[in-house]
Amino acid sequence: MNESADYIQTVVTAALRGLLPVPAELSDSTNIVRDLGLDSVTVMDFVMETEERLDVSVPLDRISAVETIGDLVATLYDLECES
Amino acid sequence: MSLFDKFKPLSAQYTRLEASGANPFAIAFDRVLSPTEAMIGDSRILLLGTNNYLGLTYDTNIIAKTIETTQAFGTGTTGSRIANGSYDGHKKLERALKDFYGRKYAMVFSTGYQANLGIISTLAGKNDHLLLDADSHASIYDGSRLGHAQVTRFRHNDPNDLHKRLRRLADVPGDKIVVVEGIYSMLGDTAPLREFAQVKREWGAYLIVDEAHSLGVLGETGRGLAEMQNVESEVDFVVGTFSKSLGSVGGFCVSNLDDFDILRVACRPYMFTASLPPGVIAATMEALHQLRMRPELRLRLIENARRLYAGLTGLGFCLGPEPSPVVSAIMPDPETAFALWSDLLKAGLYTNVSLPPATPNGLALLRSSVSAAHTPQQIDHAIALFERTGRALGLVAAFTAAHTSHPIAASPSLSGASLM
Ligand SMILES: Cc1ncc(COP(=O)(O)O)c(C=O)c1O
Repeated sequence: MNESADYIQTVVTAALRGLLPVPAELSDSTNIVRDLGLDSVTVMDFVMETEERLDVSVPLDRISAVETIGDLVATLYDLECES
Repeated sequence: MSLFDKFKPLSAQYTRLEASGANPFAIAFDRVLSPTEAMIGDSRILLLGTNNYLGLTYDTNIIAKTIETTQAFGTGTTGSRIANGSYDGHKKLERALKDFYGRKYAMVFSTGYQANLGIISTLAGKNDHLLLDADSHASIYDGSRLGHAQVTRFRHNDPNDLHKRLRRLADVPGDKIVVVEGIYSMLGDTAPLREFAQVKREWGAYLIVDEAHSLGVLGETGRGLAEMQNVESEVDFVVGTFSKSLGSVGGFCVSNLDDFDILRVACRPYMFTASLPPGVIAATMEALHQLRMRPELRLRLIENARRLYAGLTGLGFCLGPEPSPVVSAIMPDPETAFALWSDLLKAGLYTNVSLPPATPNGLALLRSSVSAAHTPQQIDHAIALFERTGRALGLVAAFTAAHTSHPIAASPSLSGASLM
């Protein structure tokens, strides 16, 4: 079943809020590594949370291409449509 | 702008560590006295962080074989087996590995790192799918990047998550290859191989098990976790290293799958690097022989592991989930890990510091590994040093009070950590 982009956005934002030690302003253009200070393994762990909620697998090369929250939402949306 | 600007954050951390006067990443031993002792300057140091599980590095027979073979065949092979030819020793060692594992095929690599690089990148082709345990060793991740397959990671030691991922791939063409380890090097925990084997069978996937830390350690005859859990027939490829329990250097892969030997002319990390020197091959052969002939080494190792695990648990340290030759204490933060490491070294005990991203869940670890060569007195002495040093740092009392919840069981602590 394909989820809407809005729903995916909600899932991504909730997962991110869950792991950030302090609340941060999150938008489509927020850079996950630079603005939020997450290292590569933390990003992969966080993507795993969203994979589980959305029942989709994100290949590692697709994760490394992601820079912003918007990129991640778009990637998850594309993968949902492909599946 | 300079080429090295991108390393600035790392470099700042490293400089701070150097300035503190205790840098675990730059330690050098001036002399090594035995598998369990070394000298740094005038200080005699008890070694508790070497991966020298069976303590074979000073065995007189192994040393004699190394010297004898080096005299007969020279110091190096000066080339790769494909371009410059194999020596008799390479073939003998492969025969010995086949015999030990009871498998039809074996291939020897120049390091365990290269064995993973080669096997993973070559087996998984462009349209295939690699599924890696999230806590996999760097060599497994690097192997997956060298190849052209689609790579996903599943939750550490979670057969159910693997099952979901294989289900998502059910109608997608291409072979599915799962990679797990026997004993995980950071926390010393073992994989639920039985359950993984069942999942891989259900979905028709292949299974690679890296037994780097479990060869010579687990299983009735030392073949590793697959032997211990009685699932060897479900493991399609065993990868391993000679650099830990066998006390030399090199890596290998064994399998029963026909056509395995075609990898010799397809696997680049095998083809385009020099083969192991004759002396190293001879040392490994003899160490493998001793691993098989001296099961008491394994028993002593396990006893030592249990002794250290019980001792540190008794002091209130939070350790990995099960006793194993890798005994890691979970530290509240990297600074504490460095402080404990440094104070232990000053007191004459060498351990390791392990930090994210090499560690799971952003954990800072003070990692120890025990050897069959340790005496019970040495283990007790190490525990006493942990107690004294930990107390001085306020760790032992603090841990004893706070030792109610287990951090590994808690939700992952995702600190914004980097390499140091
Ligand atoms: C799980 C695992 N695989 C592979 C390796 C690489 O072994 P080697 O030292 O032979 O390159 C290691 C050792 O660091 C390891 O821990």
